Amino acid sequence: MNLDILSYGFMQRALLTGIMVSITCSIIGLFLVLKRYSLFGDALSHVAFGGIALGYFLNIYPIWTAFAVSVSAALGMTKLRKSTKISGDAAIAVLLSSGFAMGVLLISASHGFTIDLFSFLFGSILLTSMQDTLTILAVSCGVIVTLIAIRKPMIHFTFDEEQAKVHGIPIEKLNYLFVALAAVTVIATMRLVGILLISALIVLPNITSIMMGKGFKKTMMISISLSVTAVVAGITTSYYFNLAPSGTIVMLMVAMFVGTLIAKHAGLFSTKILTNENNSLSSN
Amino acid sequence: MSMNALDVENVSVSHNGVLAVNKISFSVQEGDLLGIVGPNGAGKTTLFRAILGLQSYQGKIKLFGYEGNQYTTLLSMIGYVPQKVNFEPNFPATVFDVVAMGILSRKKLAKGAALIQSCGCCWNRIFQTSSKDSEKIEEALKIVGLESFKDRRISELSGGEQQRAFIAKALVKEPLLMILDEPVTGVDMDVQNKFYSVLRKINKENKITIVWSSHDLTAISDLATRVACMNRDLFFHGEKEEFFANKDLLKTYSESAMQMHMHKHDM
Ligand SMILES: Nc1ncnc2c1ncn2[C@@H]1O[C@H](COP(=O)(O)OP(=O)(O)OP(=O)(O)O)[C@@H](O)[C@H]1O
Ligand SMILES: [Mg+2]
Repeated sequence: MNLDILSYGFMQRALLTGIMVSITCSIIGLFLVLKRYSLFGDALSHVAFGGIALGYFLNIYPIWTAFAVSVSAALGMTKLRKSTKISGDAAIAVLLSSGFAMGVLLISASHGFTIDLFSFLFGSILLTSMQDTLTILAVSCGVIVTLIAIRKPMIHFTFDEEQAKVHGIPIEKLNYLFVALAAVTVIATMRLVGILLISALIVLPNITSIMMGKGFKKTMMISISLSVTAVVAGITTSYYFNLAPSGTIVMLMVAMFVGTLIAKHAGLFSTKILTNENNSLSSN
Repeated sequence: MSMNALDVENVSVSHNGVLAVNKISFSVQEGDLLGIVGPNGAGKTTLFRAILGLQSYQGKIKLFGYEGNQYTTLLSMIGYVPQKVNFEPNFPATVFDVVAMGILSRKKLAKGAALIQSCGCCWNRIFQTSSKDSEKIEEALKIVGLESFKDRRISELSGGEQQRAFIAKALVKEPLLMILDEPVTGVDMDVQNKFYSVLRKINKENKITIVWSSHDLTAISDLATRVACMNRDLFFHGEKEEFFANKDLLKTYSESAMQMHMHKHDM
């Protein structure tokens, strides 16, 4: 395969942002999945859509308004959940529909601007501008560095909230910080796969790697590798075969998930102890 | 003169208006190994949760004489083994990962140690000060006999094995005080005995104060230096010998448990 696609500026930008975003999504996603908050990303992306529409409406760089709206919605919802005991899935439904409704409303109210709805819904990684690329890179790096810094308390908190509290971890503050990071990640990811497919990036690589029975660090590393592989392969194949990159990326991730599922059932990930037992049984 | 590691003053806890702990007061001196006994539903777990800041209560609780912020600092130096750990079952953590969560940062450890020193208490660390985190984890795993399990997922362990991992997690923190809520329930006899000898050792050699609830009166009479007996109210708190000499008290706790205990001593 010739690599002259790399000589195109748009392709370089697409791959670079794709890789950064997939790493960020994997790490944030692992915690979201383990906290049983998988659909939170979906809800936030719909809110971000509202934020983007607001940006166009007010004539501000839409990514900034999306940041502002999503982060405040995420923090507000976390606070509301705490004080009213709304269940997680209901909170997600409220967030998701209200965010999207706001977007649709603002778009209809200002027939003046032409917003490419399709590219927000399904991503437009090949159209990423220089400004978008730089913003996404800076944001991803910030999120990754912060997550690395808070990984220990975050792991403890996700594993067992009460034990973490006794251990002196400020779980409330940590939770707010984490939710804000998730909101920021979702916005950085929108360009890649669009509002409707963000959940795939958050959930699929992680449930695939969790199945492999490894410890925390390895699970995270596997998830990141799967995600980066799917994104790079997805962007390149979609270019050669003229397909939608977002759909291609997500379908590759689904394939990895299904493949792992089948491999697991075939007993490929069974532990040493199990194989020993099998040996002793067969030798009898 | 020795300090009090824990002061519980007039503490009451109610769950949805139902009193589970009623105006309990007692103190634990540093170096004590206090066994708490009481039937199911007596409020032992509830009392522990109040001490650990997981449950709101009325009254006053002090750790090494401290309240407020200093209490919170010292709280993180409590090695707590809950009766039942509720962890996320899909969590991809190995036994090693779980024990590693118990490691307290050097900064917190130093802060707590300074507080302990300034109140004139003493506490010896279980592990050598110079040992690396991974060495501490390996050693703690050896203490509970899980060294060959360290790369297994915690969710793939049996209940008793999991409990042992959580004991290691409490040890690795270099605790000042251990609060053990029926820590060996579901753990086999060999490991129970091993665990009891570890308790005795860290209590004697490292001067770690231990508060421990159990239904096993034989183990309590072997190990504890002091005993508290509660069933919503505190019926007794004092020397072990006094508790076991008082047949009426034993009877309040449990008729059959008393008979078993007496039987053992007759032999
Ligand atoms: N979260 C809760 N909500 C309502 N009531 C509770 C709750 N936790 C405990 N209780 C009640 O408080 C009382 C004391 O319970 P607790 O768990 O403290 O007993 P325990 O002494 O630890 O018993 P066991 O020996 O069975 O562990 C019980 O009557 C129990 O029903
Ligand atoms: Mg209990």
